[in-house]
Amino acid sequence: MNDMTPTRAEREAKLEGMGCRRKRVEDIRFTQGKGNYVDDIKLPGMLFGDFVRSPYAHARVNKIDATRALQVPGVLAVLTAEDLKGVNLAWMPTLAGDVQMVLADGKVLFQNQEVAFVVATDRYAAADGIEAVDVDYEPLEVLVDPFQSMAEGAPLLREDIKDKTEGAHGKRKHYNHIFEWTVGDKDLTDAAFRNADVTINEMISYHRTHPSPLETCQAIASFDKVKGELTLWGTFQAPHVVRTVASLLSKIPEQKIHVIAPDVGGGFGNKVGVYPGYICAIVASIVTGKPVKWVEDRMENLTATSFARDYHMTTEIAATKEGKVTALRVHVLADHGAFDACADPSKWPAGFFNIVTGSYDFPVALCTVDGVYTNKAPGGVAYRCSFRVTEAAYCIERGMDILAQKLGMDPAELRMRNFIRRDQFPYQSALGWEYDSGDYHTAMKQAMEKLDYAGLRAEQQKKREAFKAGLTREIMGIGVSFFTEIVGAGPSKNCDILGIAMFDSCEIRVHPTGAVIARMGTKSQGQGHETTWAQIIASEIGIPADDIMVEEGNTDTAPYGLGTYGSRSTPVAGAAIAMASRKVKAKAQLIAAYLLEVHEDDLEWDVDGFRVKGLPEKFKSMKEIAWTAYHSPPPGLEPGLEAVSYYDPPNMTYPFGAYFCVMDIDVDTGVYKVRRFYALDDCGTRINPMIIEGQVHGGLTEAFAIAMGQEIRYDEGGNVLTGSFMDFFIPTAVETPVWETDFTVTPSPHHPIGAKGVGESPNVGGVPAFSNAVNDAFSFLGSTHIQMPHDYWRNWEAAKKLGVVE
Amino acid sequence: MIPGSFDYFRPQSVAEASALLAKDDNARVLAGGHSLLPMMKLRMAQPSALIDLGGIGELRQIQFQGGQLHLGAMASQHDLLASDLVSEHAPILKEVALLIADPQVRYLGTIGGNVANGDPGNDMPAVMMALDAAFVLEGQHGRRNVKARAFYTGTYETALLPGEILTAVEIPTQVKGGFAYEKLKRKVGDYATAAAAVILSVKAGVVDACEITLTNLGPTALRAEAAASALIGKPAGHPGAIDAAVAAARAIMTPAHDTRGTPEYRTSAGGSMVRRAIQRALAKA
Ligand SMILES: Cc1cc2nc3c(=O)[nH]c(=O)nc-3n(C[C@H](O)[C@H](O)[C@H](O)COP(=O)(O)OP(=O)(O)OC[C@H]3O[C@@H](n4cnc5c(N)ncnc54)[C@H](O)[C@@H]3O)c2cc1C
Repeated sequence: MNDMTPTRAEREAKLEGMGCRRKRVEDIRFTQGKGNYVDDIKLPGMLFGDFVRSPYAHARVNKIDATRALQVPGVLAVLTAEDLKGVNLAWMPTLAGDVQMVLADGKVLFQNQEVAFVVATDRYAAADGIEAVDVDYEPLEVLVDPFQSMAEGAPLLREDIKDKTEGAHGKRKHYNHIFEWTVGDKDLTDAAFRNADVTINEMISYHRTHPSPLETCQAIASFDKVKGELTLWGTFQAPHVVRTVASLLSKIPEQKIHVIAPDVGGGFGNKVGVYPGYICAIVASIVTGKPVKWVEDRMENLTATSFARDYHMTTEIAATKEGKVTALRVHVLADHGAFDACADPSKWPAGFFNIVTGSYDFPVALCTVDGVYTNKAPGGVAYRCSFRVTEAAYCIERGMDILAQKLGMDPAELRMRNFIRRDQFPYQSALGWEYDSGDYHTAMKQAMEKLDYAGLRAEQQKKREAFKAGLTREIMGIGVSFFTEIVGAGPSKNCDILGIAMFDSCEIRVHPTGAVIARMGTKSQGQGHETTWAQIIASEIGIPADDIMVEEGNTDTAPYGLGTYGSRSTPVAGAAIAMASRKVKAKAQLIAAYLLEVHEDDLEWDVDGFRVKGLPEKFKSMKEIAWTAYHSPPPGLEPGLEAVSYYDPPNMTYPFGAYFCVMDIDVDTGVYKVRRFYALDDCGTRINPMIIEGQVHGGLTEAFAIAMGQEIRYDEGGNVLTGSFMDFFIPTAVETPVWETDFTVTPSPHHPIGAKGVGESPNVGGVPAFSNAVNDAFSFLGSTHIQMPHDYWRNWEAAKKLGVVE
Repeated sequence: MIPGSFDYFRPQSVAEASALLAKDDNARVLAGGHSLLPMMKLRMAQPSALIDLGGIGELRQIQFQGGQLHLGAMASQHDLLASDLVSEHAPILKEVALLIADPQVRYLGTIGGNVANGDPGNDMPAVMMALDAAFVLEGQHGRRNVKARAFYTGTYETALLPGEILTAVEIPTQVKGGFAYEKLKRKVGDYATAAAAVILSVKAGVVDACEITLTNLGPTALRAEAAASALIGKPAGHPGAIDAAVAAARAIMTPAHDTRGTPEYRTSAGGSMVRRAIQRALAKA
């Protein structure tokens, strides 16, 4: 060895593999405006389609007259439900087993519902055409309050299924009822409540909000009549599923459909489902023989494509007087809007809401969810959370605080007393999940020490006294949240979408020079897959991440996968990537053995190649091995160096974390200031700490928005009051608090690299931390629960109800 | 979010602009476009023609003449922030301009557009009322001055007659004293939930002059005369006087119910803004 020989550490650093704070390679193009999004794509002769939308939340559509619109220069066609019936597409199936109108068929069921599709030579002509379509509406009684959905005499919304007593998930109790879903043991739970020293019962609502990605939903359909092929570019979080669905609906054979998700500007669950815009663009392209682009504007995105949450959770906890929980009982009234278009795995009408026992050792529990229809937009997607997990985390984390208050116990202390202990993992929860790994006590202690929790509580005590003495008009709250997520859908034994098991995939090709192209069934929308996927491969097969190109989103080239949402990419595709890498490595080992003239068992892996055990100078790098694979493969071995893996995970992963929010609220105006926000995340093995921190920052910002003001609000007539960014709260850098991040590492025992997924943790854990801070601030004045969102006027209302402002 | 079709003109003089405006009842003046264009994109405004004042250089000037600060209608909110004359003669305008949206909006939004728009959510009208400013209006039939305090007749309704253009804002020399603008908003880029302007002077420990005006707490900006009277003649900082001023201001507030809150909340918060503005103005006086 001479001085020029790189050290082991230098060789390792050069790989920029797992654990490295590698800069995001995709940002080179994103920060220069060089991304390639759907709306950047311009095809020769491309037409534009846009929707006539309903101004009414509930109305009969008596007549649609397109005569005037067809006279507008540039307008070529106006599609209505009648036209779509010709190709059997006036309605489409939803992922939740319901059906949804593509265009209004006889009536409209929510404001801004799609009524007709105007196709024109440009956007401006289409917009003028929309104004000239005359629709005769006959307004009907509107149903906005989900608590009235199943009332006697409630307006009938879904005439198409009014006589169906069975839905996709069993019995329907009322014509506006969708499903009832129950898990847990009723008798044992009821018994535990009868014997409890202390119980709480609170209706905890998680209001309706919206994922609102920066880029709205959009698509371009181009049908080639000669070849009979359809190419569909779109903002898809799950392009392969879109291709399958498009094939099933259109009857175009799947190999003749090319679905391409180019760069996607944020998804957060909004881009999982299939929307009328996609279907209409496809039909319009088939009808006109030209490519047709559809681009949603911001107001359409907020009011018509999938919303999130709208869960109303009656939460009961039973406990001993020492603060040991003995049972949990939750009933959820779920407002799904006009159609059940939830994007959950098919067998899970309420997603994984049964993670609602959280981080605590509940011996028994019972959970029931009733889904109902209202005159609101359809959806119920997982907005930066695994399916209904943020609802569950909010429910239990608010519930634990309310219990602590009733017991007169510190909320952190109550949590510590009830955590599942490290030695209980793998842990079987009362509602049916097997938690893979966790060390909650360690994480909580670390968080409390770093934050000086005891000091903050002492300060709060002083402030409360000062407030009571009239020396200040500010109150202080400390929000505690300890969440457990369930991500990585999922094992084929319990997860599928329309019958397709929720595996994911990776294909790796090592080229002769040792450069790599790798493709996955996932689709980044900003998560940084091009960076982190390469890091996993780099560590596994010893090729520098910079020499590895990652490509996703083209269904012609990428292996089939279920896409990116529900924090599933790292748990599922991340595992596939490791497994495909290991297949490559196994073949590389055979080649190395041949080159070094030893038995393969005599080799050991060393950073970027194989070495003969005990003979350190006998070494072959992956680069040399790759060349050999194409130049002179060992006799009997196929040339080439590539592998594919389809990974069906044995279990979900269970990331967790301890979040704390310190907040001051001025009671006279309701104005709050987040003084500190501390987030400790345990997502198992950390692939790229910088990307993890970025994900946490982004997710916390969304959680902050949701808890503190972001909502889709309707008035009594079903009109959306928050349909633009003027009223729908998106914080700017000025409003956004400073985030303090921290971590512990408890690897997943069943995942090939021990990683658990982190993208959604901050949204799941953040919302309860903010809400608990507000509730904690007001608690000494006698309040037990204040509903979200906690915007200024609602904080003031809370103060007023408690009698501390005139 | 696409406006209907319209004609576009970019005249070089006020005379040319007012001639164009007189020709077409549905034509609208375009200044920075930051209020007008969003309305057009929602098709809530569908003007047949836009007459862009951006080509008339003289309308952008800021001068001090004859004891008056003269702001050309096309001076942007950013221009106000950059002007030494504004610092010297009406520093409250800087405080207000900084509370309007973000730098991008301030580069384009103009003082003329802000006061001519007639939206109770705009911040400048209340401040102009507090400063006792006058608006210079020019039309086919000549030029006239209308006081800010007499200009606003209702939401989006002003004393501007068809064919008239607001060419300048004239602000009289102010007595030395204290001032403050307190604005409660949900986020950067939002209009006021409630806001209050206070300009006052103190002589020998007694408030001797005071103006209090309010933003977004009624159909137009409001001048709270009774509130100001409650302070005048009272010792500066007298708690009873401040309470009385706050109560008098609240008594004239009739805010709309919107996503910023209930009228009850906005009235309460409006009172808090008045109180804080008084306290801050007194501290500076
Ligand atoms: C995101 C955002 C946030 C904002 N927040 C605030 C805020 O907090 N407070 C606030 O005060 N403003 C706010 N604004 C508005 C901004 O200050 C506008 O620029 C201003 O209200 C109008 O000025 P303009 O030059 O853009 O006028 P335009 O939009 O061009 O015109 C507005 C109206 O006035 C008429 N008009 C304009 N100039 C004249 C003239 N010289 N004579 C006669 N009529 C005329 C136009 O015909 C039109 O009807 C905000 C705007 C945006 C986009």
